[in-house]
Amino acid sequence: MKASLSLRAGLLSVLLLILLVGIWHLSTATSPVSGRPAVSGAVDAEYAALMGNGPAAATDKKVDGFPTPLQFLHVAADKLADPFYDHGPNDKGVGIQLAHSLGRVALGYLIALAVAVPLGFVIGMSPLMYRALDPFIQVLKPISPLAWMPIALYTIKDSSVSGIFVIFICSIWPMLINTAFGVAGVRKDWLNVARTLEVSPLRKAFQVILPAAAPTIITGMRISMGIAWLVIVAAEMLIGGTGIGYFVWNEWNNLSLANVIFAVLLIGLVGMFLDLMFAQLQKKVTYAE
Amino acid sequence: MRNKENGNPKVGAAGKAASAFVKVEGLGKRYRADQPPVFDNVSFGIDKGEFICIIGHSGCGKSTILNVLAGLEEASSGCVIMDNREVSGPSLDRGVVFQSHALLPWLTVEENIAFAVRSRHTDWSRQRIAAHAARFIEMVGLAHAAKKKPSELSGGMKQRVGIARAFSVEPKMLLMDEPFGALDALTRGVIQDELLRICTETHQTVFMITHDVDEAILLADRIFLMSNGPQARIAEIVVNTMPRDRVRETIHHDPQFYRIRNHLVDFLVRRSKSIQQAGSPVAELATTRIVRPGLEETPLSDGLCEATTNSRFTAVA
Ligand SMILES: Nc1ncnc2c1ncn2[C@@H]1O[C@H](COP(=O)(O)OP(=O)(O)OP(=O)(O)O)[C@@H](O)[C@H]1O
Ligand SMILES: [Mg+2]
Repeated sequence: MKASLSLRAGLLSVLLLILLVGIWHLSTATSPVSGRPAVSGAVDAEYAALMGNGPAAATDKKVDGFPTPLQFLHVAADKLADPFYDHGPNDKGVGIQLAHSLGRVALGYLIALAVAVPLGFVIGMSPLMYRALDPFIQVLKPISPLAWMPIALYTIKDSSVSGIFVIFICSIWPMLINTAFGVAGVRKDWLNVARTLEVSPLRKAFQVILPAAAPTIITGMRISMGIAWLVIVAAEMLIGGTGIGYFVWNEWNNLSLANVIFAVLLIGLVGMFLDLMFAQLQKKVTYAE
Repeated sequence: MRNKENGNPKVGAAGKAASAFVKVEGLGKRYRADQPPVFDNVSFGIDKGEFICIIGHSGCGKSTILNVLAGLEEASSGCVIMDNREVSGPSLDRGVVFQSHALLPWLTVEENIAFAVRSRHTDWSRQRIAAHAARFIEMVGLAHAAKKKPSELSGGMKQRVGIARAFSVEPKMLLMDEPFGALDALTRGVIQDELLRICTETHQTVFMITHDVDEAILLADRIFLMSNGPQARIAEIVVNTMPRDRVRETIHHDPQFYRIRNHLVDFLVRRSKSIQQAGSPVAELATTRIVRPGLEETPLSDGLCEATTNSRFTAVA
């Protein structure tokens, strides 16, 4: 019964994929070379010319306008064949760009983790700290991470470090709040067990409170990672230089939509992979009561 | 004996306060200043190796007394002295079996027990801790489930793990808050037998809350009866006059069982309420009677009571 359900769901997914690709194909492939509506074609051409990318500049390898699925596959295969080449600042392999983005996310995220979990512990354990820090959290939390960018760029100066700061500031809140919430919500019975056993504070923190709050903390970490991955693309579009976000922006400027689509898909896949990692972690620390 | 507050401990010789292992004096607890105390002027003593059951209606403050004994909660007045030292916080010397078993759900049965053992014996090696834990898992008959998580156990099994955990730290006194409240009658009987055996073997001092009159008669040496709250108190101490080698299968063949039982039930359905209604906040009136149902001709008359009985009590009885 369960197997047949997942089988049917899988079949349906494949069907939907075929349908989507079919629609894509039909709406782009009416005429392979210049079958696109004249007006939009003209606008595109004009725009391309403006961007210094006129028909003359277009190489045979480049796909103009919205690619057909087949053209897209060609581009994707090309990109995947050599993901790590480096031909100067504006022409790097997609693997290198991804590595830059992942590196920034990892760094900003880890710093946030190192701050949020201990601080969350303190806030969760001490009602005084909770009340004292609550106004700060409430005000800082809703600020769009990108709004920090000018301040970060001005004070830090280095654009790459600014990116890391933006990741830090956006991923700290869910982890902080979830840790505090999880720690404050540890069942009183378990704490009483620790008290009657005269467990030392450190052992209590690591062997009672941490495992008890772990599912909530990991949920916060998962949400933070999701947000960090959303924000890094936007941040890199702003700061430029390297990263998958910059790649998307750059390819848009090149009017290479096939590359943009490829990068967008890649962002989605990496995001899914990151989320799956946390799902696994979550499964490990979740306990049944 | 210390008497911190203006409470008025009135425990006679048979109240066993003078030489007792645990002494409770003038204990009172008030959660909110604008409300009457939950209980007031509670005094009693417990001997080493004694098994005490406390019975009373829901909300009269039994759990609160137990938590104060455990050191998990602070009394508003009075004090608890165990082994000549005042109780001022939780301690490994007082093991607690929680009503909700309170096992750590992310640990297996043996890890749960080992957690407790390591707390007592911080210097022991891993193997020694495991061996010690295994002994207590075996004691409650759960060797086959040692590797299971609490969520994979039945209610009775969980409760047994809770008991094994409390025993494994070898406390001087065991405190149990309705340990079998959530169990069916059959499982309850099995665990009662086990508990009785273990306590006899180890001469464990036990203070246990129960709602089950039969359970109290089977297990307890003395049964404390609490009047209804607010301002509840221990109105009577019933001495269990049944032979110590009583067992569950045959206990109800003894006519003495019914004398005690009737006395307890009568207290719960009638007197617990009227004592509270007739209650006056004057501390001197709140005394505890010691009763031996069946061995005294008229167990409810004050002439045979060992402790001072007040006039209001006779009016009730
Ligand atoms: N934290 C608290 N704040 C205020 N009142 C409380 C608190 N805890 C308990 N009480 C009150 O104290 C009284 C005694 O509670 P307690 O839990 O000791 O009762 P109990 O005798 O154990 O009842 P039961 O048999 O139902 O477990 C109750 O009337 C309850 O309302
Ligand atoms: Mg209770």
